[in-house]
Formats: sequence, C-alpha cells, structure tokens
Amino acid sequence: MLFLSLDKIDDDFELSIVCHRPEGLDKLEAQTNFSKQELQVLYRGFKNECPSGVVNEDTFKQIYAQFFPHGDASTYAHYLFNAFDSAHSGSVKFEDFIMALSTLLRGSVREKLTWTFNLYDINRDGYINKEEMTDIVRAIYDMMGKYTYPALKTDTPKQHVDAFFQKMDKNRDGVVTLDEFILSCQEVNFLYIYTIIIVPPTYSCLLL
Amino acid sequence: MAAGVATWMPFARAAAVGWLPLAQKTMPKPPVDKKSRSDEILFVNVSGLRFQTWKNTLDRYPDTLLGSSEKEFFYNEETQEYFFDRDPEMFRHILNFFRTGKLHYPRHECIQAFEEELAFYGIIPEIIGDCCMEEYRDRKKENQERLAEDTEAENAGDAPLPPDATLRERLWRAFENPHTSTMALVFYYVTGFFIAVSVIANVVETVPCRPIKGSIKDLPCGEKFSVAFSCLDTACVLIFSFEYLMRLYAAPSRCDFARSVMSVIDVVAILPFYIGLVMPENEEVSGAFVTLRVFRVFRIFKFSRHSQGLRILGCTLQACASELGFLLFSLTMAVIIFATVMFYAEKGTKGTTFSSIPASFWYTIVTMTTLGYGDMVPDSIAGKIFGSICSLSGVLVIALPVPVIVSNFARIYHQNQRADKMRAQQKVRQARIRMAKKGATNAFLQHKEDGGLQDGDSDSTPLCVKNRSAFEHQHHHLLHCLEKTTNHEFTDEVTYSEVCVTDSVGFRTSRSTSLSSQQGATTTCCSRRAKRRAFRLANSTVSVSRGSVQELDTLHITKTPAGTQYPQSRSSLNARTEDLKLNCADYTAAIISIPTPPANTPDESLPNSPAIPGILRNSRSSTYNTQETVKISSL
Repeated sequence: MLFLSLDKIDDDFELSIVCHRPEGLDKLEAQTNFSKQELQVLYRGFKNECPSGVVNEDTFKQIYAQFFPHGDASTYAHYLFNAFDSAHSGSVKFEDFIMALSTLLRGSVREKLTWTFNLYDINRDGYINKEEMTDIVRAIYDMMGKYTYPALKTDTPKQHVDAFFQKMDKNRDGVVTLDEFILSCQEVNFLYIYTIIIVPPTYSCLLL
Repeated sequence: MAAGVATWMPFARAAAVGWLPLAQKTMPKPPVDKKSRSDEILFVNVSGLRFQTWKNTLDRYPDTLLGSSEKEFFYNEETQEYFFDRDPEMFRHILNFFRTGKLHYPRHECIQAFEEELAFYGIIPEIIGDCCMEEYRDRKKENQERLAEDTEAENAGDAPLPPDATLRERLWRAFENPHTSTMALVFYYVTGFFIAVSVIANVVETVPCRPIKGSIKDLPCGEKFSVAFSCLDTACVLIFSFEYLMRLYAAPSRCDFARSVMSVIDVVAILPFYIGLVMPENEEVSGAFVTLRVFRVFRIFKFSRHSQGLRILGCTLQACASELGFLLFSLTMAVIIFATVMFYAEKGTKGTTFSSIPASFWYTIVTMTTLGYGDMVPDSIAGKIFGSICSLSGVLVIALPVPVIVSNFARIYHQNQRADKMRAQQKVRQARIRMAKKGATNAFLQHKEDGGLQDGDSDSTPLCVKNRSAFEHQHHHLLHCLEKTTNHEFTDEVTYSEVCVTDSVGFRTSRSTSLSSQQGATTTCCSRRAKRRAFRLANSTVSVSRGSVQELDTLHITKTPAGTQYPQSRSSLNARTEDLKLNCADYTAAIISIPTPPANTPDESLPNSPAIPGILRNSRSSTYNTQETVKISSL
C-alpha cells in the first residue's frame, strides 16, 4: 500500500478570504455626514451581513432579489453596484458604501442628482444617451415582474424613455449632460423625485 | 506583522540600545505613542455574557477585529463596553486564542458556525493549533462534500428545462434522466429489454438443441435456428447503434462523451457485428471472428445505465484501485514464493504434478484462495508442511484489503442513498420555500388591500396597517415607490390572468365576486380604499407624447360625457373606457408615467378592481394633482 497508492495530497487549501477593515471611526465621521453613533449602527449591520468587509456583486443581487421578489432585480442591482463601486474594483467596501449613503441620504440636491446621473451613465463617459437610459428603465421594469396591472407591454420602457429623454435633452443633441440633467430635474421640483435605492433594514432609523 | 509578535516589541526595541555605541549616525527619534496609557481592562459584552481582558491581550493580534480599531465601531459609550451580538459560547474560544495564541476547534460545534465566527472576528482558520487541526480539516471536507452533493443534486437534471431548449438539449436531458418524460422512459425500458434479449440470445445460442432430422449429433441451437438468431442479433445491434448515435448527437461535449466509460462499452458491444460484416468468410480469419463474438457478452455491461447498484460497484472499484492493486501485488509475491518453495520441495517425488515453477503457480493460487481443487497435491512431508503454510497465509493476505474495499463501498453506497433521499426531499423543501417566499410577496398585496398605502391622514389608517414592523413599513414603501415610478401596480397571478383574459375578449369581468364579501364586511375600509384609489389614480402625470394610448389600446375607447355617473351595480360593469386626456403639466416624478384613468367620485364605494374605467374630469383631477404633489415624501 505504501508505494502503490499515489499520494493524494488533498490540498483544498483555500486562501483566506479577503478581509477588509475600514478606516477609523473618526476619519469616516469627518468624511461623511453621519454621526459616530450612526456610523456604528451602519457598520454593525454591514459587518453582520458581510464579515469579510466587502460586498461583491452577487451579494448585491441577492439582497435585491429579496427586496423585490416579484421580478428580476439583477440588472438594476448590477447598475447600482457599479454606481457604488466608484473605484471599479469589483467589490464595495464599507467606505464606498458609506460615501454613497451619505450622498444619498444627507447630501445636497445637487450631490444627489450627480449621483443619479452617474448611475444612469453606464459607460461613464459623462453623457447619458438613449440606449443607456433605455437599459436603466428596462431594468427598473424588470423588477416589477410579470404580474402587474396594467400589464406590461414590450415597448412600455421604450415609450417611458422617449418621454423622459425629450424633456431632458434641451439642445437636442441626442445626449444628456450633467448640467442638462440637473437643470431639467430642478425644473420638476426635484424634492419630490423618487430616488430608488436599496437600504438594508438596520438603517431604518436613518431613513426618516 | 506576524500574529503575536506585537507582544515582543519592547524586547526588540531593547536590542536597539545595544547598537547605540556603534552607531555611525544619530538614532532617529522614537515614535511618540499619543495614546499611551497604562494597560487597562476592557469589557466585552457578547450577547449578555461579559468578558474582561487586558487591552494588551487583544492588541497582540492587530490584524483581527478585536485587535484593531474596528472594535471601536462596536463600542457602547453608555455602558463603556464593547458589545457584540454574537454567540457567547464561541466567543470563549476566540478570546482563548488571544490569551494563549492557540486556536482550538470545539468539537461539538457546527463547522460552518465556527467558520462564520472566525470570519467575523477576522481570524483565519489556518491558525488552528495542531491538536485540533485534523479534526477541523476532516469535518470541513465532509461538510464541503455534502454541500457539493446537495448543489449537484439541485442542479442535476430535475430542474425543468428552459423553454427555449434546443432539440439537442432536450434529447440529452431525456437520455440522462429518463424519468423526466414518458418518451424517455419508454425508450429506456425498450433498450433495457433489448439488452436482456441480446444477452439471453447469446446464452441460448450455445445450448444444445435436438438434432435436425437425419442427423445424430446434438446441435447447438445457434446453428439450428441460425437465421432466427442472426436476425435477432442484427435487430439488437441496429437498436444499439441507433441509441449510440443519438447519444453522440445529443451530447453537449462529444469528445467527453466519446471518452466516457459507458460509451466505450456501447462501442465494444456493437463493434463485433460490424467487423463481422466487413471481414471476409475466410477460414483463418474466422477463428478471430469467433473471438470477437466473445465480446458480445460485454453487452451485459450496458445494464449499468439501468442499474444504480452496478454503477456504485464500478465506483467502488475505481475508488479502491490502490487497495486492489496492493492485493494483487502481494498475492503475486506470495504466489511466486510459495510456488518456488513447493516446486523444490516436491522435486524429489516421483511422478509429481509439480513439473515446473509456473505449473506450481496454479497449485499456489488454488490453495491460497482456499479453493483446493485437488488436481495437484503435495506428497512429500516438506511439501505438505509448506502447503499448509501457504493456505494459512493465503487467508491472511486476502482478508487484509477486503475491509478497506468494503468500507469504501459502504461510503459510496450511503452517499448515493443520501443523494436519492435529498432529491426526494428537495421537492417538498422547494415547495415549502416557495410558499414562504410567496408569503412575503403577498404581504405587500395584502397590505395594499388593507388600505395601507394611504398617502393621507395617519389617524384613518386601519389598525391592521399600524401593527407592522418598521422593516415592513420601509419595504412596502419601497415597493410602492417602484409602483409609482413605473405607474404599474403589483398584482397577484390570479388577477393578472383574469385581466389578460378579459383584455383579449374585450370586456371585463370584475372581481366582484371576490370583493363583494369584502365589501360587506369592511365598508369603511372600502370607502377609504376608493378614496385612496381616487387619490392614487388622480396622481397621474402627463406624458409628453400626446395622445399616446398605452396599455389600454386593446380596449375599446369610447367617450363618455363628463356628467355621467358611474353605475353602482357592479354587474353592469362594461368595458367603458375613456379617452386619455392629458392633464396639466404637473410633474410629480422625474420619470414620466403613463396616465391612468382616475376613478369617478371618491365617495362612491367602488371596488378596488382593475376593471374600473372612470371618467376623466379635468377639473377634479387637476385639484387632486396639486394636492398630491405635496404629499409625496422623499427618501
């Protein structure tokens, strides 16, 4: 048995998972609009869900799937993930998360609009063209699922986009720039814009 | 820095003192420890169990949660302690790691729970001490195998095919999982039957039949009914070839399929026939041809597709390849030794059967396996002594690897049984999970029916709405936001299918039956619901694309005069729709939504049915609109 059996070295030695630790509490407090207690609450929730300290895209999609069980939230989650992951590293660290949340919950109107613009600008070229807008809107409609009233038609997103784009694109050059975006949204009394973001339940205290 | 080294920093710095006399340049200033305070006791509260430890203990491992500044996120100012909402029993082991430097694995704990705790506290599992490492590794491997099986059982085959599966995929699925469709099952049994027929024919061919008239000698049946048997053989081979070609066509990866064991068996089963066709009816070659017929018996191995037990046996043999190899090798060794000994022991005897060492091999094997045919027996005393030693040692050598093979077989067998059990339980499990999920999705629809989506005054919200958790509030608000964005509502499957049916037919049957009972019981709810409906429907905004009749274009659009009241009786609900008049340019959302017809008057108790066509009243809706803009809150 000694020399006949090949030594099957079971090397399922998985390298330890990437563990990211955020910067100090004081530093984060200075960089964002949250207080220390709020940061603590946020971090505890974050750490509970992601002990490794980072969120990857699959986790994001799973989270969204739970919140929007009716439809398919994965496409929209993908775009949101890219918006959160400003450094394009493939994972969202706590700092990225907090920065985005700070903008979305406590930021000024212009900051919120800029964030939304970056969300819609999928290829990050500074312009939103009709295809990007259609992709986003289609992703939103996907989240509705199949059973809606009235029933969704295949060109519902497209018509939705047509309407919106016509309004936003002031100089009719086929793209919407950040300034056009901000201008047209402010015309609409932006305070009442629905920014659809997903916030885990532990942050309920911060939402009101 | 390696773990634990932080403790030795003062000693290392003492070494620097030794360099002072020899230094060529002045030493740099030592770093000022701003937060230098004497060692203090920290309080760590883990789910109520209070632990106390020196700060230095935790600082030993600065790349963990407790050793770094990350624990400040968990610091509670009021109670001056660090609070963790985790398992206190496990924390004991974590803290022991900090104290002793060795991480022990508690044997009674679930391996996954332990790993999660380690991940939370930022400790890599490889630090586990040698005393517990083996146990940990074994448990982990077992767990991983089990999980891998589970996911395999989930993915394997029982999931329904996507509807756009090609013919090839469907064929492959039918071949691999015969119980998925009746056609596949039929094919499965037919091939099984023909395998059996072919094998039996091979066997019966050789049985002697009564001789034909005029002859004395017994003929084997194969020659007597040669036409019948060859027809049978041809038919079987044709079916097997057809099956093989179909499998080859359907296989997702043809190379892999061609190299798999089953396909080799298939080829070997049908090849002799084709070689026989090709080969000429020569006398010399027919000897080889006869040999080829022997290979026909391999058709019996095709049964392993039909029998799981055979597959398990094959797996076991594969898994025990090394043990079997050892068995063979040791037997060979023993055979050679004993054959030589017996040969020389019996050399003196007259007329002995032990004519050469290779001839003695036969005796040794027969004796070691305790068969003892008795065609070769030693005569001399020495031969008898060595013969008995041979048989005793034979028993030992064969008995040694057998338990290993048996235990491997048991393990694989149990694995398979578990896989089968898992598959059977999976369906029930999935059904239950689906029901639970549906509960969550239906919660929102239920919530809507309970009148929870009132944008208005809070004191009129029904009690059923108030008693929800904060999380549910947030979640439902989120879903409501999505509805507003897309200007479509969530419904359940029933309503949707109803709507689809009535859409196509052209008139609506309202949900009057389902709602009439509700109407009677909860009148107040309904009226409010109607009011809310009016509010909500009136909260439509204008689409810039004028006159776009969106999803109502399948309905007949007729104009109704502005003054007509909507009939109360639901039985006379007809598909009265109206023109989509455009409203004032009041945007309540940046995303333009499609105008929906608002309900008629709010004080009519209209059922919350999608089949409410209403009458668009410009004046009324505009007032609603302006009211509504104020009420929408921002996130």
